[in-house]
Amino acid sequence: MSSIIARRRHPAAGYAAVAVGLVAVGVLYSTLAGGGASAAAPAQASTSIAQGKSLFEQSCSSCHGLDAQGTTQAPSLIGAGAAAVYFQMSTGRMPAKELGAENDRKPTDFTEQQIYAIADYIASLGGGPPIPSDEEVSTVGANTALGEELFSTNCAQCHGFAGAGGALTYGKNAPSLNASTPKQIYTAMLTGPEAMPVFGDGTITPQEKRDIIAFITDTRNEPNPGGLSLARTGTVTEGLLIWLGGLGFLVLIAMWLTAKRRDRAMDEHGGDHVPGDHATTETAEKAESEHSS
Amino acid sequence: MSDEAVKIPKALDGVGGWLDDRFHGARGVKVLMRKVFPDHWSFMLGEIALWSFVILLLTGTYLALFFVPSTQEVVYHGSYAKLNGIQMSQAYASTLNISFDIRGGLLIRQIHHWAADLFMVAIFAHMLRVFFTGAYRKPREVNWLIGITLLLLGMLEGLFGYSLPDDQLSGAGLRIFEGVLQGIPIVGTYLAFFLFGGEFPGNAIIPRMYIIHVFLIPGLILALITAHLFIMFWQKHTQMPALGNTERNVTGQPFWPYFLLKGQAWFFFIFGSLAVLSTFAQINPVWLYGPYTPLAISSASQPDWYMGILEGALRIMPSWEINFLGHTLTLSVLIPFAVPLGIIFTGAALWPFFEQWATGDRSEHHINDRPRNAPARTGTGVAAICFYGILWAEGANDVLADNFDVPLYTITWIARIAVFVVPIGAYYVTKRICIGLQRHDTSMLTHGVEIGIIRQLPDGGFVEEERPLTEAERGKIDSKKVPLALPAPGEPDANGVPAPASRGVMGWARGVANRAFTETVAAPDGHGNGHGHPDGHEAIEGPEHAAVGAGEPGESGEHADEEH
Amino acid sequence: MSEIEEPAGTAPRRVIGTPSPAPVAVDTAEKPAGPPLVTDPPDKAHASRAELLVAALFVLAFLAGCGFIAAYIGLEVGSSNLPPGANAVDAAFRSNLALGLALSVVLLALGAGSMIWVRHLTPNIEIEEERHELKSAPGDRAAFKAEFADGAAISQVTKRPLLRRTLLLATAPLALAPLVLLRDLGPLPGTSLRYTVWRKGLRAVTLGALNPLRPGDFQPGSMITMIPEGFQDDADAVAKAGVILIKFEPGQLNFPDRYNGSTLIASMNWSIDNSLIAYSKICTHVGCPVALYEQTTHHILCPCHQSTFDATNGAWVIFGPAARPLPQLPLMVDSDGYLAAASDFPQPVGPSFWERG
Repeated sequence: MSSIIARRRHPAAGYAAVAVGLVAVGVLYSTLAGGGASAAAPAQASTSIAQGKSLFEQSCSSCHGLDAQGTTQAPSLIGAGAAAVYFQMSTGRMPAKELGAENDRKPTDFTEQQIYAIADYIASLGGGPPIPSDEEVSTVGANTALGEELFSTNCAQCHGFAGAGGALTYGKNAPSLNASTPKQIYTAMLTGPEAMPVFGDGTITPQEKRDIIAFITDTRNEPNPGGLSLARTGTVTEGLLIWLGGLGFLVLIAMWLTAKRRDRAMDEHGGDHVPGDHATTETAEKAESEHSS
Repeated sequence: MSDEAVKIPKALDGVGGWLDDRFHGARGVKVLMRKVFPDHWSFMLGEIALWSFVILLLTGTYLALFFVPSTQEVVYHGSYAKLNGIQMSQAYASTLNISFDIRGGLLIRQIHHWAADLFMVAIFAHMLRVFFTGAYRKPREVNWLIGITLLLLGMLEGLFGYSLPDDQLSGAGLRIFEGVLQGIPIVGTYLAFFLFGGEFPGNAIIPRMYIIHVFLIPGLILALITAHLFIMFWQKHTQMPALGNTERNVTGQPFWPYFLLKGQAWFFFIFGSLAVLSTFAQINPVWLYGPYTPLAISSASQPDWYMGILEGALRIMPSWEINFLGHTLTLSVLIPFAVPLGIIFTGAALWPFFEQWATGDRSEHHINDRPRNAPARTGTGVAAICFYGILWAEGANDVLADNFDVPLYTITWIARIAVFVVPIGAYYVTKRICIGLQRHDTSMLTHGVEIGIIRQLPDGGFVEEERPLTEAERGKIDSKKVPLALPAPGEPDANGVPAPASRGVMGWARGVANRAFTETVAAPDGHGNGHGHPDGHEAIEGPEHAAVGAGEPGESGEHADEEH
Repeated sequence: MSEIEEPAGTAPRRVIGTPSPAPVAVDTAEKPAGPPLVTDPPDKAHASRAELLVAALFVLAFLAGCGFIAAYIGLEVGSSNLPPGANAVDAAFRSNLALGLALSVVLLALGAGSMIWVRHLTPNIEIEEERHELKSAPGDRAAFKAEFADGAAISQVTKRPLLRRTLLLATAPLALAPLVLLRDLGPLPGTSLRYTVWRKGLRAVTLGALNPLRPGDFQPGSMITMIPEGFQDDADAVAKAGVILIKFEPGQLNFPDRYNGSTLIASMNWSIDNSLIAYSKICTHVGCPVALYEQTTHHILCPCHQSTFDATNGAWVIFGPAARPLPQLPLMVDSDGYLAAASDFPQPVGPSFWERG
C-alpha cells in the first residue's frame, strides 16, 4: 500500500487510477446487471405448444397481449407464423429491449428448443410460414451464380453488395449479414421482418432462397485477396485511407527529406554560407550565360 | 577538407564528347547542373502527382496487355468459382482474369487504382499549397491554368478508368453520367446517344472510354505536365520567405547531385507507399461488386473520392423541375452537375486575375506569402475547402448515417444548410485567425519570443521571459508585404479626374474587393495601407522599408533593368 | 578539328577549302579561384556509419527483389495452374501478399537508403542563383516586333485581304469536318426514350430466375423485381423496362387518378385487386435502379441520391431530388392467370430530358 502511495506522483499514476476505476465499474455492473429481462427456463413443458405458451406468457405477453392478439405497443402475432418467431427470437431482436426505430441483433437468452416451443405455440394460433428444416436451408449444390443475380437485384440495395449492411430512412438500417445463420436468412426472406419486404416462396422459390444463402455465405467466408477489406463498403473508406494514410505518410517523409540538417550549411568551397553573400565566382558567368541562352 | 577531383571514366567521357559534338550542350547542361531548387516539404507535393502519373503509365501499360475492352457477353468459367455460369462482358471477365489468373495482376491493378487516387490527392494538395502561398501570381498564371486543366483531365481520366471493368458499381456511375447528360437542355439526348452509341447501356461505351482513357487523355496530360514542368523550370521555383531569400535570387542545393538524389528517394517512397497500400488494403474489388446489370444496385454506392463532390451535389439538391411548352428543364440534375464544380473551377481559374484586379498588384512575385499575411486569400481558400468538403461528405451520407446512427434525411438537411452557412462563417473566422497571427508576429518583433521561463518580480507580479528574435526569424516575419490600398471609387487620381477603372459599378466592386484584401494589420514600422501606388511601385520611404527579405522597392518589370 | 562556332555578326572572311582562321571554341569556364571544392561531409566517422546503414538497406532491397522473383515463380494463381480443389481466391491472396510485401520492401529500402545517403553522406552545401529577368529587354522586343512585321509584310497577308478571307473560307469546312464526322457515333434519339418494350399481354417474369408469377404468389408486404418475358438478354430493353411489383394489404393502396395534361399516368385501376401494383424500377432522377422498399413505411428509396417515393400514393416523391413519381405499369392477368402488362408505360420512364414534355 505504501508503495502505491509513494508512486502517486508518477506520470502514469493518473492513467492507472482511471484504468482501475473502469475495471471496477465494469465488474460491478456485470455482476449486478446479470441477464436480460427474460425469464428463467420453465420447469414444466409437457408438450412443445404448452411450453411455448408458458414461455410466451412470461416473456412476450406484456407487449403482445396474453392471447398474442396485440396491444398498442406491439402487433398481433396471430398468423405471423413459426418462421417469424424463429427469426426474431434467434437473432435476439425479440424480446425487444426498447421500442425504438428498430431492434438490432443481440445475443439471445433463449435456447433453440425454447424458441421452437414458442414458435409452435404461435403457429398453433393462426398458421403462417413454418420454420424450414436443415435440409431446406442446405446450400449443397446451390447455384451461386443465380444467387448473385437475385441478391444483387433484390437484396444488395439495402444490405450492400457484400452484405455489409446499409442505411434506411428515419434512423433505420439494414443490418450486416455476417452473423446470420442460413436458417435466419431463410426465415427473414420468408417473413419480411420490420422494414424488410416479404420474399415469399411464390416470388423467390425455396431453391432460389438456397442459392441466395449460398451466395451470402460464400461471399462472407471468402478471403480478401487484395489485403484488408476496408469494411467492404466501397470507395468511401478507400478515399479516407488515401488522404490520411497515403498523403499523411508522404507529407511526413517530405518533412524528413527537407528537414534542416544538423551539420552547418556551407557553400561549395567549405565557407559558411552567409545569406546574400555571392560567394561563388561563377555567378557572374552564369548570369551572362543565362542571358545568352 | 575536399578529396581530389573525381576522374570521369573514359567511357562516359567518350559518350559525352560524342553527344556534345552534335548538340552543343556543354555550357547549357553545366548551368543546368548548378540549377537551384528551393527546399520546402510543401514543394514536393506536385512531385507526388508527377511520380504517381509515371507509375500510372507503367502499370496501365501492363494492364492494357491483358484487359479486353469489349462488351461482348461471355459465360464465365474461371478461377473465381462463385461467379461460374454468370453472363458477363469480356471487359469484366478479363478484369477477373487479371485479378485471379495473372501472377502480380491483382497487385498491379491495385497499384494502378491507388496511384490514380493518390494522383488526384496530390493535385489537390499541391493546388492548395500554391493557392495559400500565392504562388500563382505573376509570372505563374499560365502554370496555374495548366494545373487546373490537369485537375479536370485527371477527374475525367479516373472516371473513365474505373468504369472500364464494367462492374456493378462503376456501371451505376455510368448510368448516372448518362442520366445527367440526357438532362442537358436541347442537346442532352443527342450527346447521350452519340456517346453511348444509342440507348443505355449499349455496346459502344466501353471501347470508346478505353481509347479515351489509354490514349487521348494521357496524351493531353503528358503534354500539359511537360509544359507545366518546363515553365516551372524556366521561371524557377518560388521560395519561402526567409532571411537571404529575395525576389531576385534562389537559394538551395544544386541540382546535381542533390535534386537527383532527393528525387530518387522521393520516387521510391511514393512508389513504396503505393506498394504497401496495394499489399495490405484492398481497392475496387470488382469480383464482390459483380458484373454490371441495369437493374441491380447496392447501398453505399459512391464513385471514387474525387467525384464525390458531384455525388454530394446530386444528393443535396431538393427536387426541382420546370416544364414548359412541351419541354422539361430538370434543375434537380443540372444545378448539381454544373454549379458546384463550375464555381470551383471558374473561381480557381479566374482567381489570379481577380486578385490582380482587386489589389492592383502587377509586380512579379517569387517569394511565397505566409498564409497569415494574406487573410482575404486564405479565408477564401478555407471557405472553398469547406464548400467542397461539405458536398463531398454529403456524397457519403448513407455511409455516415449507417455508421454514426444519424437519420439519413437529417444528414442531408444539415448539409443543405451548412453548404451556405459554413463557407461564409469559415471565411470570417479564418480571416480573424490570420489577423490574430499577424498581431502575434508584430508583438514578437517588438517584444521578442517567449521562452517559457516565468520570473517573479520583487513586487509580486509574474512576467514571462523573452528573447529577441534571431536574424532568421526576423527575416521571415519581416517578409510580409502589405497590399496597397487603391484610391477610393470616384476619387481623383494624379490627373485630377477619377480613374476609369474606379468608376461605376465595377469601380465600386473593385473598392469593396480592395478593402477586403487590405484589411490587414499594419506593418511593424507603422506604415501600411495607403502608402504606395498601384502597379507595384512602392513609395520609397526610407530605411524602414528596407527590411531584410522584404524585397527591394520598385520591383515591377519596368524598373528591373536598373537593378542589374 | 571540330566544327567552328562563329560568333554572330563577326564572321571572318575565309577562302573556301582553307582552314578557318578562328580558333576552337573559346573555353570561358574558369576553375574556381578560391580553395578546392567541398565534396565530402565534415564528420568522416558519422559518414562511414551512414554508409554502412545505406549499404545494409540496399542489400535488404536486393534480397527483397530476389524474393519478389522467387514469389512470382513459386506462387501459382488461377484454377488452371493450381491443384484441383484449391481455392483460387486464397492463392490470389497469398501471391498478392508475397509479391506486394517484397515489392514494398525493395522500394521502401531503396527510398530510405537514398534518403539517408543524401542527408548524411553528402556535404551540406547551399548555393545561390540569380533569377534572370523574365521580361525581354526593350530592344529585343522591338527587334522581335520589327522582324514579325517584316515577315507578315513579305507574306502579303497584310496587304491582300482577298487572300486572307478566301483562306479562311477555304479552311472553314475542313475545321467543321471533324464535327461532321462524329455524326455517326450514334443514332438520333428520335422517340426511343418515350417507349419501352412492354405491350399488352406481354408477361412479366422474375429477373434471374425468369419465372412468370400469378397474383396469388404474392403476400402482403412482398416486393420483387420483374422484366418482360423474352428480353432477359437485351440489356438496353431491360434497362428501361425493369419494374418492381409490390403487394399491399387491402386498403393500404390509396390514391386518386393522376393526369399529365389529358394523359392518365397513374391509377389504382391499373393494379390487381387494388393491392398489387407495378412501378418502374428506373429512378426518375438520373436512372439508378430504385429498389429499396421499406415495408413498414411503404417508401421506395433510391440508394443513389435518396429520392424517396410513397408506394401507396402512386410513387409520389416525398424527399430527394427526383422531380416526378415513378411511372406506373398497368397490370393485367392473362388467360393463363399470369401477370402481364396491360399496355406500355403511359409516360417515358427514367431521367427527364428536354423533349419529354
